[in-house]
Amino acid sequence: MRSTLVGLSSGFIFGLGLVISGMTDPDRILAFLDVAGVWNPSLAFVMAAAIAVAAPAFAFARRRGKTLLGVQLSLPPRFVFTPSLILGSAAFGVGWGLSGFCPGPAVVALATGDYRIWLFVLALMAGWLFADAILNHLEKSGRPIPPVEVSK
Amino acid sequence: MIGTATVMLLLLNGNIAGISGILGRSIKLDFGDSAWRPAFLLGLVLAIPAYQLWQGAAPGYTLDANLPTLLVAGLLVGVGTRVGSGCTSGHGVCGISNLSPRSLTATLTFMASAALVVYVQRHTEGL
Repeated sequence: MRSTLVGLSSGFIFGLGLVISGMTDPDRILAFLDVAGVWNPSLAFVMAAAIAVAAPAFAFARRRGKTLLGVQLSLPPRFVFTPSLILGSAAFGVGWGLSGFCPGPAVVALATGDYRIWLFVLALMAGWLFADAILNHLEKSGRPIPPVEVSK
Repeated sequence: MIGTATVMLLLLNGNIAGISGILGRSIKLDFGDSAWRPAFLLGLVLAIPAYQLWQGAAPGYTLDANLPTLLVAGLLVGVGTRVGSGCTSGHGVCGISNLSPRSLTATLTFMASAALVVYVQRHTEGL
């Protein structure tokens, strides 16, 4: 129950942050990505501010290995590189550049009721589930994409 | 606010605010031991209505992409974030905050490919 309430509040604050900083406007995102045009750096400032706040908390969490409530926490791998990391990220970037939406702002913008955004998010979910099924199948059949761990 | 929300989720729940994963696991109905993921999504969806109550008007936006482009883009974002294990929030905000070279690599990759697409669309007359 508590973790659900934390999830709800965190999502709400995260969403408000995106709305207030204008990140739910695809036009503004594309203006950030348009480095050869009239560049709008706002996304970089928003990301930098979030990182400045979150980085000390991550350093604390890494050292402590537990949440403030004493629950064991496991953070994602930091030094594992796979071809899929690069290929997947590159494909995501193409979709982001075509639309101006990444997953967070798109989910927030569902509340506009704009049917185009609903279709975008439906396509996103379909793509995610499709890739998930293929990756799980490859793993089960013993052909996972090999990870490369780089020494720290 | 984005940073604060990320810190809350990390230090209270031990969870990562990676929205592509939160969305994907939720629609797979893979909740684990808690409903925090769908709750987080609900929180996101409530942001615009709350802003509207507070400011009296919804935030403006301009969406120029046509429907076929949006559908292709949605598929690419879905496949890409699953295969690449994250998006702007998970790799870009959380991963970089965690000083992860893996997430930095992912972030630089999707920013570069997105900028390239915008460049081709806006400055090369579609090639």
